[in-house]
Amino acid sequence: MNAASAAGKPESYRMRVFSVRHARSLKRLYTAFESVLMFCEPLLRRIGYARLDKPFARIESLTKGLLLDSQNCGQCIVGFTGLSCPMNCPKKLRNGPCGGVRADGNCEVEPDMPCVWVLAWEGAQRLDDGQIPLQTVQPPVDHQLIGRSAWLREVRIKVESSGHAI
Amino acid sequence: MQFEDEPVTPGDPLPIRPGHSSFGRLERVLRGGGFAVTAEIAPPDSANPADVYKRAALFDGYVDAMNATDGSGANCHMSSVGMCSLLTRRGYAMVMQLSARDRNRIAIQGDVLGAAAMGVASILCLTGDGVDVGDHPQAKPVFDLDCMSMLNMIRHMRDESRFLSGRELTEPPRVFLGAAANPFAPPLDYRPHRLAKKVAAGAQFVQTQYCFDIEAFRRYMDVVRDAGTHEKVFILAGVGPLASASSAEWIRGNVPGIHIPDAVIRRLKSARNQQQEGIDICIDMIHQIREIQGVHGIHIMAYRQEHRVAEIVERSGVLGGRMPWRPAVDWKNAEWDQGHPVATHAPGRQELEKVS
Repeated sequence: MNAASAAGKPESYRMRVFSVRHARSLKRLYTAFESVLMFCEPLLRRIGYARLDKPFARIESLTKGLLLDSQNCGQCIVGFTGLSCPMNCPKKLRNGPCGGVRADGNCEVEPDMPCVWVLAWEGAQRLDDGQIPLQTVQPPVDHQLIGRSAWLREVRIKVESSGHAI
Repeated sequence: MQFEDEPVTPGDPLPIRPGHSSFGRLERVLRGGGFAVTAEIAPPDSANPADVYKRAALFDGYVDAMNATDGSGANCHMSSVGMCSLLTRRGYAMVMQLSARDRNRIAIQGDVLGAAAMGVASILCLTGDGVDVGDHPQAKPVFDLDCMSMLNMIRHMRDESRFLSGRELTEPPRVFLGAAANPFAPPLDYRPHRLAKKVAAGAQFVQTQYCFDIEAFRRYMDVVRDAGTHEKVFILAGVGPLASASSAEWIRGNVPGIHIPDAVIRRLKSARNQQQEGIDICIDMIHQIREIQGVHGIHIMAYRQEHRVAEIVERSGVLGGRMPWRPAVDWKNAEWDQGHPVATHAPGRQELEKVS
């Protein structure tokens, strides 16, 4: 563990486990937050997404960093993965566990870390929608989005796809 | 087994049959209802093509296709593209393994086109082992894609004739797409769903991790059959001989993802000749696996015991009298000089006519 913290990794994975165990309430909290953002969308648009991106990304990094050890990929899919951040997987797997998961459910590469996908499976079962979201095939990471705000991106996609945007 | 439309020059592709995605023998055998046999060929640490041909010749007439591994265990060896290029020119059916560990999407798509042009008909998409377990732990782990997005991407290239970017291909890669499956790693109850997800992403066949725990594999297959996944994908169960009880224990403790039950280790320990017992266990496993409904073949991984694959296939009777394609020339007994055969030469039209 000491070696892990020296390398800038969390000293314990307690918060990750907490978030997965509370996947349902955290997802509800986010849904509420998102509807507020959706409500404010015309205002956000007027200020300008580009201008808001940095401050939003910072807030996002702080909150999700604390709760999920978020890696700020800018294209968050924890809603599909039971609130377990897949970017903490050393292989950056966004579509499920590899075949190397240890018998105790820990990571092949980092033996002290619980496999993010074992946690994801646990979290996904706590969500209302059960195991289906885990089955969505996720596209590869868009490296152009790393470090940007996933919240703003989500709101923008939703508004634009629902045709509300003018 | 020679197909009736076998090309005159062994390196040329077979015609693609209706409903098939590839020109490969493996897809033909599987779609024809045969119980397929594939084996893993170990890539050499060498630039000499003879090292590749000699290794391939060990399987002549015993396997339907060979898997060329791609830096397995994150150790450096000859590339799978190179292995496949050499062997497809001799007419061998290859399963090219592609790992997401070492290449980004630009390199992988380039390799897919290159390999398909060289006659590779089957591609197995893998995430790959982490660099930490291999001989170059200092290397950069790429993992731009994962096995799932890789499957999806290559299917897109094949079916839509486009790169991931949307740019058009003038000729798509006609490949039969495969993936790996490990029924024995946690979270166990998610594993059958994971298989279904790989099928949804584009997998047409899967090769599993070593099946030493037949009971666990049966339970897995029960769930797979209940979901009907076995009707959408060909499942090849992984088997292989253990060299000794101590090596089995070492594998169990050090190679993540391989599950060996105590009973297997006990059986090895009590044997007088442990290596022979390892072969016998492997054959027993094949017999038991053949009985499981929904399994379409076996994949033999005989690491450092490749010379015993023929014995395993023969004694297990897994081919049921069927004889897979073999080259017209016996490369095993050829003499080699700097990678080129001297006693014999590449098969010409006359030789092939003599054989058929």
